[in-house]
Amino acid sequence: MEGRDATAVAVGPLPSRTPDRREGLWDLAVAAASSKTFLTGAVILVFWVLMALFWGIVAPYDPQAVDPTASLAPPSGEHWFGTDNLGRDVLSRVLAGASSVLTVAPLGTALGMVGGIAVGLVTGYYRGLVDDVIMRVVDALLAFPLIIIAVLVLSVLGSSKVNVVLVIGVVFMPIVARTVRSSVLSEREREYVAAARLRGESGGYIMVSEILPNILSPIAVEATIRLGYAIFTSATLSFLSLGIQEPSPDWGLTISLGRVYLQAAPWVVVFPALALATLVVAVNLVADGLLQAVEE
Amino acid sequence: MSVADGRPVVDIEGLSISYLRRKRPLRVIEDLTLSIRPGEAYGLVGESGCGKSTVAMALMRYLPANALVDSGRVTFAGDDLLGADEATLRRWRGSRMAMVYQDPASALNPSMRVGAQISEVYRQHRGMDKTAALKEAGAMLEKVSITDPGRVLRRYPHELSGGQQQRVMIAMALSTDPELLVLDEPTTGLDATVEAEVLDLVEQLRSDFDTSILFISHNLGVVRRVCERVGVLYAGRLIEEGPSDELLRQPRHPYTLGLLRCVPRRGMRKDALRLEPIPGSLPPLGADLPGCVYASRCPIARERCHTEPPPPYETGEDRISRCHYHDEVPAIPSGEQQVTPQPPSDGATLLKVEDLVKSYGTTGNSMQAVAGVSFEVRQGEVFGLVGESGSGKTSLARCLSGLVDASSGRATFEDRLDISVSEHRRNAELRRQLQMIFQNPDTSLNPRHSVRRILGRALLLLAGVKNGRERERRSLDLASSVRLEPRHLQVRPSALSGGLKQRVAIARAFAGEPALVLCDEPVSALDVSVQAAILNLLLDVQADRKVSYLFISHDLNVVRYLADSIGVMYLGQLVDVGPARAVFDPPHHPYTEALVSAMTTLEDLDGSRPRIKLDGPMPSPSDPPSGCRFHTRCPRFLGDLCRDKAPPWQRDADGHQYRCHIPPGELGDLQRTNGAFSGEPHAATKQDQPPKENGQSG
Amino acid sequence: MSLRFVQRWRRGRGGTAGRFLLRRLWLSAITLVLVSVVVFAVAEVLPGDVGRTILGPFATNEQVERLNRELGLERPLVVRYAGWLGDFVRGEWGDSFLLNTPVRPLVVERAVNSVLLGAFALAFIVPVSIGLGVLAALYRDGFIDRAISVTGLSLIALPEFVVGVIVLVIFAVELGWFPVSSQVPSANPVDVVRQFFLPSIPLMLVLFGYIARMARAGTVEALASDYVRTAVLKGLSRWALIWRHVLRNALLPTISVVSVQVGYLFGGLVVVETLFNYPGIGKLLLDSAVGHDLPVLEATVLVVALLYMLSNLVADSLYAVLNPRIRVGR
Repeated sequence: MEGRDATAVAVGPLPSRTPDRREGLWDLAVAAASSKTFLTGAVILVFWVLMALFWGIVAPYDPQAVDPTASLAPPSGEHWFGTDNLGRDVLSRVLAGASSVLTVAPLGTALGMVGGIAVGLVTGYYRGLVDDVIMRVVDALLAFPLIIIAVLVLSVLGSSKVNVVLVIGVVFMPIVARTVRSSVLSEREREYVAAARLRGESGGYIMVSEILPNILSPIAVEATIRLGYAIFTSATLSFLSLGIQEPSPDWGLTISLGRVYLQAAPWVVVFPALALATLVVAVNLVADGLLQAVEE
Repeated sequence: MSVADGRPVVDIEGLSISYLRRKRPLRVIEDLTLSIRPGEAYGLVGESGCGKSTVAMALMRYLPANALVDSGRVTFAGDDLLGADEATLRRWRGSRMAMVYQDPASALNPSMRVGAQISEVYRQHRGMDKTAALKEAGAMLEKVSITDPGRVLRRYPHELSGGQQQRVMIAMALSTDPELLVLDEPTTGLDATVEAEVLDLVEQLRSDFDTSILFISHNLGVVRRVCERVGVLYAGRLIEEGPSDELLRQPRHPYTLGLLRCVPRRGMRKDALRLEPIPGSLPPLGADLPGCVYASRCPIARERCHTEPPPPYETGEDRISRCHYHDEVPAIPSGEQQVTPQPPSDGATLLKVEDLVKSYGTTGNSMQAVAGVSFEVRQGEVFGLVGESGSGKTSLARCLSGLVDASSGRATFEDRLDISVSEHRRNAELRRQLQMIFQNPDTSLNPRHSVRRILGRALLLLAGVKNGRERERRSLDLASSVRLEPRHLQVRPSALSGGLKQRVAIARAFAGEPALVLCDEPVSALDVSVQAAILNLLLDVQADRKVSYLFISHDLNVVRYLADSIGVMYLGQLVDVGPARAVFDPPHHPYTEALVSAMTTLEDLDGSRPRIKLDGPMPSPSDPPSGCRFHTRCPRFLGDLCRDKAPPWQRDADGHQYRCHIPPGELGDLQRTNGAFSGEPHAATKQDQPPKENGQSG
Repeated sequence: MSLRFVQRWRRGRGGTAGRFLLRRLWLSAITLVLVSVVVFAVAEVLPGDVGRTILGPFATNEQVERLNRELGLERPLVVRYAGWLGDFVRGEWGDSFLLNTPVRPLVVERAVNSVLLGAFALAFIVPVSIGLGVLAALYRDGFIDRAISVTGLSLIALPEFVVGVIVLVIFAVELGWFPVSSQVPSANPVDVVRQFFLPSIPLMLVLFGYIARMARAGTVEALASDYVRTAVLKGLSRWALIWRHVLRNALLPTISVVSVQVGYLFGGLVVVETLFNYPGIGKLLLDSAVGHDLPVLEATVLVVALLYMLSNLVADSLYAVLNPRIRVGR
């Protein structure tokens, strides 16, 4: 029909969709794969994961190899990304840096997810006083910046990979728990849960075998969003010198240390920055693709 | 605006519409031709998926982005509708054509006052300024019988009750005296008494406004009440059309006949007649069928029906039917005359409920959903529990099934097991004996579990079948007992239709051979033809296994057909209880009287019985009226007596009892002759409150 | 409309809005207490030997013990906490270990500086994000929508320090249009822009991503709702439709998001202030954390928590006023 203006296009009933869109993770992935955003993100992500695993083979130089004669050399045929102040090859350091961020962030996320799912399931299903108290607390603290808490804790506990993983994991738990809990809250009102109770199923069975399979999609989306945030945060922490320590080729750390040479040799900072940017963008694209697949 | 010379207001010719799904076009409306005359009310009937809403949307030119009009012409009062541009449509919509649809709560802007929303129409189409428009809006509210329009104008939608919201929608639609009013399932989801009021309103407004109406519904009784002409839609095709009275009394299409035969009708009880569901199912959306679209389910289909699509035959004055053999339709025999055998009942009491109370909330701020209910269910019988939203019937079901604890009172099963406690304190035997079937088949089965797993789990826990192979065998048995095939076991519920899903739910409930099954509106979410099949199934299973049902419903037609005993609930109390026949006839509680009069049925009611109108909205359960809870709305209100003193139980000869101050003799006389209520008309004792009137959560 | 609300409030019939806000206030108080407990636990308890932490590994045991006694560390935990909290409430925030100045004026001054910078970023980016988000929804799935959505998505992803560094390199180092490190500006608007523009960019980009997304989602949902269908079928003009029906409802969820964003803003401030050497509370937090300057560290975190609570309350009040279901609910 011709003559449609913007509102006419936008304003209209959405095409009817099949009512039951409970798909498993596989169906979700398949649905997501049809979106270009998802695929782009996935490809980049896979690239970096591979680099994190195999940089030893791919990198042209040893990331720690010092060469004082080639200090701060601009990008050239020998050193595609140039060298830093100690003559280390930037390209190799960038590739190796992937493993640093891709160990800490996923581990922290996994820790947060596992804890968060457990807490979310239990508080969402059983509710009661404990749930009230926990959730009030969580609600209030929800957006309190992770960075600030992390700064506080790490400055006291000391910076190390393990501590960063712990901080990220522990701070993520309530956030994940809240998301899981709200999914559980809407599921538990459904009649199949009532039917399970009337059968005499135990609480554990209901939470794990009845409810959990139905909330996998929002959990998957949450996990990817958390991962993006974890990468973001761990890089920021190393930038602030609170995370990983020298001489690791971690990107945040490299950028922080390379700041001094910004005017003279910007490539020391720009390439790790771009690497980090592409990784986080990739994770976010994947998350968005999943989110759209869930919503359809 | 009047339409000159009897030219139809709406003229649809050969309209065909498809939806694009995953880039493939699916035909949903096929070659539709109908017209609506000025001042006429045309009813479009069909089950879900037949495309009636699509027709309404097409008329308003509000189809979704993936809809394509393949062919056809639609004129609106002589002007071309399909080709009209946006500016023209904007001029027409709201002033010459208006629409009212289901779920008024979400149809009103929650952030704008009601008055502002109605005035918008005047300001847009009549160019009035704010004050003038608001005044007109108030006048319009009066016309739709809203009390205290001034106050309502200033309210936000969420402060109004469902009935009030729908009246506001109607007011908005009629405000500019449009030529066409489209009503798309306007009363679905509203309580029976509220529905009756809204329909009354529509009838009354017709004489005031002279608008043509397109009334879309799945409910034949409602359509018959309101419309002069009816069109029956099946799979996107208009298969029969004609004057509503005539068509519904003497249909000329096998589908129409089928629809009529699967609805329980007045005087029809399960021991006299069996419902006849329509075999088979709707053809999938967009299927390209070479012959008559109904052929696969038609009892008189022949070779020709499968190859040659029937044209619209003229079957009488102003009647058409798309059936090659339409003249044979009246002679189609009523299939199975055999009646479901009733299980033998020794009259032993299975379930005894004494003074059950369920309250929610903290002390000082509590709400009694169930306020002291007592009744008995006997072995082998169907006990129908009736009530509107707010009546407490759902809370009662949750207590009895064990999902929640009762607050006080007793309930005993077979005189030995206490069931006033919730399920985790019940023993396995009780769980086995007392099971439940839920309303919504989509959510009562876990979408991630296969049917095999659902049944297997029930067998494991309820019937204690530990051996895997034995479970498989018993699952197949269960499946066949509800007419499912073995191939259904391996699929997930999303692959099944509503009726099939409900069968799985029934099978699940029966896994442990229960003695009592609570049925919470088990057929309300299903199409009429599927309803009949499920009701028959429930009766068959009952005959096989001698089980009792506590059947909860808001649909009196179904309850009248099915139940042996009936209990009527109002605001948490049981106000009328006894053998089914006795409860339906006078003398009975005035609320029951109102419910019965609100039933929309297909037959001529005794024309002498006018509708009982209830005064005012249902009070909120958190603040029930004093004395007799019904006194604020009772047409037989007596005065202070009803306000101050809780009414006693009046007992009748046949075990029927109801709570009223008026003794049975006098009440019976009053109700039979339907005399005017005695006593002075009462002022509202409670202010307008917006409790839930729509929706069936009780 | 709002005037009537204020009048009713004055007459003591704030209604459910009042109750809503009271609950929020209550929640904020709890949070503050909780944050104080966490701060206390981490700063005063976790390190174990506080004296050692402050004096470092080279001090003698006697020196450490003396300091511990001075700080009153042998008292039971609860007493210590009560005393500590009491000090804060009274305004006695002690002196900085590193800078040897009273903590309170220092923290307050820095806090004000940060609020200025934050407000600058918000004032600019919130309307822009909302506008673009709504636009994206109106032209859903079109080119504009894709452009805005993908941009927003990518921008969320960039950590503030990455953007900050890039921006610094291009505009301050190479082009020299803006100073490399920022100071607190004078009242002159040109100076304000000059000092604030670069550091606010990283902040704005992250905010844009979230707010635009939320505005878009809210608008899409409103557009697909039944009441918008009613409005269209009433034949309303496009303008009336969008303004009265769509936006009013679409923007409500966006308000809640903005308040959450203020939280992220604080996190971003830490990085941005460090990068641009801006004397704000974020930088103070980091410096005191690294330098183990406990009194300053504690005060900073608490002040940040306080500011966070306040912004949440403001957002909640706004939400309560604008949402009729809360304003006149039952």
